[in-house]
Amino acid sequence: MASGQERILRRRIKSIQSTKKITRAMELIAASRIVKAQQRVAAARPYADQVTAVMGNLASGGAGLDHPLLQERDPVRKVGFIVLSADRGLAGAYNSTVIRAGERALQAHQAEGRDYELTLAGRKAEGYFRYRDYRIGEAFSGFSERPTYEDARKVAQAAMARYERGSSEPGGVDQVELVYTRFLSMGTQKVVNVRLLPLERGAIEGAGAGDGPQAAYEFEPEPGQILERLLPRYVEGRVFAAMLDASASEQAARQRAMKAATDNAEELIKNLGIVANKVRQAGITTEIMEIVGGAEALRQAKTDGRTDYFPDTILSRDLLLDHLDRSGAYK
Amino acid sequence: MTLQVELVSPERILYSGEADMVVCRTAGGGEIAFLTGHAPFLGALDTGVVRVKTAAGDQVAAVHGGFVEVRDNRVIILSDVAELAADIDVARAQRAKDAAAGDEDEAVAARARAEARLNAAARA
Repeated sequence: MASGQERILRRRIKSIQSTKKITRAMELIAASRIVKAQQRVAAARPYADQVTAVMGNLASGGAGLDHPLLQERDPVRKVGFIVLSADRGLAGAYNSTVIRAGERALQAHQAEGRDYELTLAGRKAEGYFRYRDYRIGEAFSGFSERPTYEDARKVAQAAMARYERGSSEPGGVDQVELVYTRFLSMGTQKVVNVRLLPLERGAIEGAGAGDGPQAAYEFEPEPGQILERLLPRYVEGRVFAAMLDASASEQAARQRAMKAATDNAEELIKNLGIVANKVRQAGITTEIMEIVGGAEALRQAKTDGRTDYFPDTILSRDLLLDHLDRSGAYK
Repeated sequence: MTLQVELVSPERILYSGEADMVVCRTAGGGEIAFLTGHAPFLGALDTGVVRVKTAAGDQVAAVHGGFVEVRDNRVIILSDVAELAADIDVARAQRAKDAAAGDEDEAVAARARAEARLNAAARA
């Protein structure tokens, strides 16, 4: 018979085994999603590259770079932050790393006397900042694992609207920073903080120059107007690219976390199994000792002739065999 | 000589291939067609239909804004909202068109989008 202690151990092992099955499943799901997320990153690249190239051509075609989205403001009084986190946990340190990077950047600006405005993506970031009573401009969620361009557009539009207002108006900012996790490889993801707005002029001016001699373009409508339409798309594209990177990173982090959890569960099951076996063995040993002791006492009592205390009518001669049969220890 | 055409949306390349002619509609400029040997051109697109004429038949897509770049017999159409005619849900576009009544900017834009979709679907 399993002792009480052993039963408890066996029950724990069983529960850890079912947890292990779940974490293993999550690990496999995450692994397959990383591949999909990477494919989406790759599929989004042609558009982003082309938009950048077109922008370079516009710049060399004479579009004035005096668009508001390109204007550096001095002094910067208020900084907007876009923090891209996940909607779900169970992804190791993924969420806390990116959220804390955002918080640190925010505090660094605060230390220099600048105000902040938060645009959050993902339920985890919202939960964190709301709990700590930060002022949240807007919070988006529900798309961290599979962001669409439409999602990126919403976030980018919110940030651009704030930027266009400027710090002189309520809710406006002079600069926007984007904090997210860049996907470098399966094994490496890095939290980065990049300036989204104003856009870096250098990146635009140099963009078209790379591919051979500049052609004399015809423009319709004029370059300035095209640029005016193109710049917001460029900003949206950058946010979208960041979101895709973040979603690939999220899956990679989740896969690693779930792999670690599965390994831990295995280890626990092994160790608990050893403990449970020891407990069982100890129980059997104790039982044998008791029986042997009891039989010995019986034998001595008989040889001593004090049969009045242990009459055969009360205790069977086959006590030992009888007991062993019932205990089932020797089968 | 043919044109090398790419129709690119932020999420994927919708169409990539050779064509004899590309027709689209620029913002404020009206319809414009590109044949081989066209001078370098850069334009912003209106909400409308893009038609790619190929030897194997026409590819039609509805675009809602976007950009077109023509250079060295390469036509690249960038559009953040673009749908190939084959992917358009005609019934849904029709419903959207019917729902978008009124003169507000939003309704006018929604109607233009729905009409572009219906036109693209009809011309495919």
